Amino acid sequence: MGKPRIAIITGYGINSDNELAQSFTLAGGDPRRVHINDLIARKPALSEFDVIAVPGGFSFGDHIASGRVFANKLKHSLSEDLRKAAERKIPMIGICNGFQVLVKLGLLPGRTDILADGAKSEADEAAKAKAGDATAAGAGNGFRQDTTLTYNDSGRFEDRWCHLAGDPGSKSIWTRGIERIYLPIRHGEGKFIPRDAETLAALQRNGQISLRYSTATGGNPGEGAAAYPANPNGSIDHIAGICSADGLIFGLMPHPEAHMLATNHPQWQKLGLRGEGEGIRIFRNAVEHVRG
Amino acid sequence: MLTRIEVGQKSPSTDSQARKILATLHENFRLPVEKAATLSVYTLEMELGAAEKTRIAQELLTDPITETFAIDTHLAGAPGSAAGAAGAAFDFLIEVGYKPGVTDNVGRSSREGVSDLLGRPLADGDLVYTSRQFQFWGKLTRADAETIATKLLANPLIETYLIRSREEWSTNPYLPKVSGKVDSHHQPQVRAIPLPETDEALQKLSDEKVLALTIEEMRAIKAYYASPATIAHRTQAGLPADATDVELEVLAQTWSEHCKHKIFAAAIEYTDETGKRENISSLYKTYIKAATEKVRPKAPWLKSVFTDNAGIIAFTEDWDVSMKAETHNSPSALDPYGGAMTGIVGVNRDILGSGMGSRPIFNTDVFCFASPFYDKPIPEKLHHPRRIFKEVHRGVKDGGNESGIPTVNGSIVFDDRFLGKPLVFCGTGGLHPAIVNGKPSWQKTIEPGDRILMAGGRIGKDGIHGATFSSAAMTEASPTSAVQIGDPITQKKLADFLLEARDAGLYRFVTDNGAGGLSSSLGEMARETKGPNGAGGGCKIHLDKAPLKYPGLDPWEILVSEAQERMSFAVPPEKLAAFLDLAGRRGVEATDLGEFSADGLFEAYYQGKLACSLSMDFLHDGNPKLHLKARWTPPRHGEPPTGFWKARDLKEDALTLLSALNICSKESWVRQYDHEVQGMSVIKPFVGEKADGPSDAAVIRPLYDRKEGLVVSHGIVPRYSDIDCYHMTACALDEAVRNAVAVGGRPGNLAGLDNFCWPDPVESENTPDGQYKLAQLVRSNQALYDYCVAYSLPLISGKDSMKNDYGRGKDKISVPPTLLFTVIGKIPDVEKTITMDAKAAGDHLYVLGVTRDELGASEYFRLLGVTGNVVPKVHALSALALYHRLADAIEQGLVRSAHDCSDGGLFTALAEVCMAGRLGAKVDLASLPVELESGAVGSLASGVKLFSESQSRFVITVTPQNRAAFEALFNGAANGAGNGSAGGSVSGPDASARIPYARIGEVTSGTELEIRDTAAPSGPGSAASPGSAASSAPLFSAGLDEMFARWRRPLDW
Repeated sequence: MGKPRIAIITGYGINSDNELAQSFTLAGGDPRRVHINDLIARKPALSEFDVIAVPGGFSFGDHIASGRVFANKLKHSLSEDLRKAAERKIPMIGICNGFQVLVKLGLLPGRTDILADGAKSEADEAAKAKAGDATAAGAGNGFRQDTTLTYNDSGRFEDRWCHLAGDPGSKSIWTRGIERIYLPIRHGEGKFIPRDAETLAALQRNGQISLRYSTATGGNPGEGAAAYPANPNGSIDHIAGICSADGLIFGLMPHPEAHMLATNHPQWQKLGLRGEGEGIRIFRNAVEHVRG
Repeated sequence: MLTRIEVGQKSPSTDSQARKILATLHENFRLPVEKAATLSVYTLEMELGAAEKTRIAQELLTDPITETFAIDTHLAGAPGSAAGAAGAAFDFLIEVGYKPGVTDNVGRSSREGVSDLLGRPLADGDLVYTSRQFQFWGKLTRADAETIATKLLANPLIETYLIRSREEWSTNPYLPKVSGKVDSHHQPQVRAIPLPETDEALQKLSDEKVLALTIEEMRAIKAYYASPATIAHRTQAGLPADATDVELEVLAQTWSEHCKHKIFAAAIEYTDETGKRENISSLYKTYIKAATEKVRPKAPWLKSVFTDNAGIIAFTEDWDVSMKAETHNSPSALDPYGGAMTGIVGVNRDILGSGMGSRPIFNTDVFCFASPFYDKPIPEKLHHPRRIFKEVHRGVKDGGNESGIPTVNGSIVFDDRFLGKPLVFCGTGGLHPAIVNGKPSWQKTIEPGDRILMAGGRIGKDGIHGATFSSAAMTEASPTSAVQIGDPITQKKLADFLLEARDAGLYRFVTDNGAGGLSSSLGEMARETKGPNGAGGGCKIHLDKAPLKYPGLDPWEILVSEAQERMSFAVPPEKLAAFLDLAGRRGVEATDLGEFSADGLFEAYYQGKLACSLSMDFLHDGNPKLHLKARWTPPRHGEPPTGFWKARDLKEDALTLLSALNICSKESWVRQYDHEVQGMSVIKPFVGEKADGPSDAAVIRPLYDRKEGLVVSHGIVPRYSDIDCYHMTACALDEAVRNAVAVGGRPGNLAGLDNFCWPDPVESENTPDGQYKLAQLVRSNQALYDYCVAYSLPLISGKDSMKNDYGRGKDKISVPPTLLFTVIGKIPDVEKTITMDAKAAGDHLYVLGVTRDELGASEYFRLLGVTGNVVPKVHALSALALYHRLADAIEQGLVRSAHDCSDGGLFTALAEVCMAGRLGAKVDLASLPVELESGAVGSLASGVKLFSESQSRFVITVTPQNRAAFEALFNGAANGAGNGSAGGSVSGPDASARIPYARIGEVTSGTELEIRDTAAPSGPGSAASPGSAASSAPLFSAGLDEMFARWRRPLDW
């Protein structure tokens, strides 16, 4: 086949689309930046693409909560197309704000049973809802939010480069072969929290934990405040990226597209780095997966 | 119908905002608060069913994992929420909401979310208002709660708040549902304003209406209306003989200092210290424009300078780069968050509106504040500098981060005179194709008949009189309507749309709406049309077509409102439909407001009736020229006592300097800026082993697949203005250039931007020292010309802010005259750039450039509490030779790190190089190149060597294998190697000349910066044998840990 066609979704405050497109180009893909409103109008439709990417940024200014208003928009205007894309088994990635969107949409970590079942009656869901209990929220259209990304423990936005360790048991096709990688985080709401211990255990069991924050040598950052800044936000289990149960949908808070060139590395002069940056490995994995 | 939804955290562990507030209350307010909780409150004004309310609360407003909600009831004291976790209600509750009409960004996004969720568009009056609730537990009084509300949580200028005590809540646990709708009973109308006869009455009219016009200007306006031509025109047009309020407001905005730069255009009689008189016809033309014209032949890459919203230079054959820097001082004094945010998003629009539209690719920001530890009483209407600092920082952070533009360079300067007015400089650079739709993109035109389109945000009363207000001194009576709040997301949508429309060729001209609103943008655009006979200019605007945030605005308010996020376009009639269609698909509101004409008239209609008809000539050229006087009398300041060095503990002084506010680490603040979105970063604000060393300049790579880069740097030293603004300016300019050179930039490839922030320099009753302040401005401009020409550095854009004073009489606070000099330049190959951190043990340490006894107005003298009189001077020719040679060395790969010496002098630079590299150093100052006042070679006191702020110097490291090649190059390749000791020669950029430099030591693997110097420093003027390291003795040794501790402590919060 030719170069995989990559949809880079734009609009409403998404802002890392140019460098993400360039990263996919370097990885051998054929990216196209597409405005969300054009996808909703199906000009072009999501079905024309082999990979879907939701870039980082500040969709709707992180108002209410990061990614929530954009996720709400996707849920109410593009959920059918997204569901079909998931059924087509095409790789999807959400980076930073894109990760927040996929998590709040419920596409990550995802309940494949519900995705396969299709939409449930929204009225039915609403009837079940009780004031003060938002557990069933997002269940309409077959999506349910089981994890969240919330305010960093530091209470502030930070731009900081982080060492990350790949989980050898991860099913993510995106992080295949990646033991360690060095990428920047740039967020104020990146603390990963699963619904409960059981959800966390299920993620681990299913190979859905893909990347964790680590020390410079790949070790565990430790617990509590001592883990900062290796774990920059207080994420539970140091989780930086997760994937769907089939390994195709992947989200992460760090920015691989911000390490597309070696000269993006904060110490490239001292280390004598040149050429491609480490982040491209993630995109190349997806391009190669589509090529088969 | 009003619905109130409260959202709170289930557990205190995720309420990080509460933790931050608690820490601030403990550290800064010393209040006995034990616990805090924060809630978000949404008030929905629309018809909703019960199920819809639940869905909105549950699916849109609440996180199912961490949050809980209450509809039309309260979470306070409720089980299952952090707010109720204590089992008892708070001791005090404070709820903060916006005043009606103030931009509520979260409310706007929530409204769009509600519409998406309900699957239907909402009616115009269906709105969502947000407020924030804070609950506190602890032994607080009501006065404490008031303090927390007004000094920390709410800005009463734009926000309202209510307070409930535990007792009040126990008897009545209820908070009102409040509509944020603007009361709109006002019937808009156009009024005729008679111009009174006497000067006194004319001036009163100007003052009362915040027109900020002088009596000469008011007289000119009166004469215009009295002229037979005007009377005839007005009779024919059916306008009253009197001016309309619309016309007066348009004139005031257009003629404001902010828009017209009257002081830079004034005729000035300047008398220097010898009594010599000089007549300057215009500072701008005589110095700024003249410098660029002089340099232009050497800078063929200049494309558009001074005429557009930003300067434009060539980057590659296919791409151009634009840059502009602005200030937003007055709004930031009133509402630091909103003022600073509109500063940054406002200058972004300048870039979007330069040429045919440029894409913002980086931001810079420089702030000047009083000390955050200021402990004297704060004058009326002013905020504490700590609050200004935090809120300005937050505004610029949110504005830049949410817009997806990296903040790559900046600084924070402290001086207590900035209490009166903080300075908030915001810069932006842009990238755009050199050719757009077959035409050079830096040029643009308007044809008569082109439609006037406004796109982006709506118009409200926000920012009315911003331009005229910033042209007046701030007093206790300053208008609150001058405040605006930015909306980065509306602007991001507008920016994305604009670039798409540009590439599709949907408009002919674009500019931003900034100061003066539509009156300025359309007034300027209307000059572009040409009539058949060569004359021309003009436009016809229909004010009632403009989209409003709420009804009830008078026509003049629509025309001058500075409501944000708007751009104005000239659209050919045949492209109108396509323009509106694209805007619609991108969620951007665009409105056809009328058309451009060529009849020489600026005209505005309201509901079909003419409300304003002004001659374009009078509007733009009718304001009388100012005639001002300036007199320079050099000030004399105290010096430290003779022999004072003997009593100093140099190590303790050195460490204390690391804690000086202008020197200490700003990392915890700067790290909150996204400095690498867009993926272009090559040299970041932080460099070194642990990415915490302050880099000298930013380098970015705008085109991912090319090696060309941009270097961005700046210089600013308002302290030196206390001695002489000529040298303040020279030093700011030199600092910007040497910062660029330190990373690999080269003079000749660099362009400059000048931003003046001055106290009022016009002599008057309230400014008795106006002649001195104006002389400072003249001298600053003279230096700007001299050094721009010497460095072949064209100025491409600039701005001035001339009324940075607070109050009147003896309480008046004036900022020190401040010039921010920004440099942008091209670097041929980013892979050759270098950073400031020491890289490896064994590398040689060199100092480049000459050290002189120039401690006047230095950070060190500030520590001693004296100003002194010997301010650093820039020796342009020798500096230029050094810069070219260092650029050669970097290009040849001979330099491993380079750091400039600035605030705090050589010691600070050495300390930063070591700290950033996590390496030690052994340094001997005996061979440091020095120059005495007479120009003779000799020795200086160790303290002078360590702390003098002599300009044009670097600390660099070179690997052992490159040492010989490096020294040969610096000795002048033609005449071979030298001994590497002091030279003091002054040479032009000639490759065979020797550049003053010295090897002063080496980098070690240890953790100490060990410093030695000549055992017994000889007095000034006495000869010393250079390079005689044998006679040196240890001065002191400072550990990395103790340096880090001192350097980080002041601002690590």
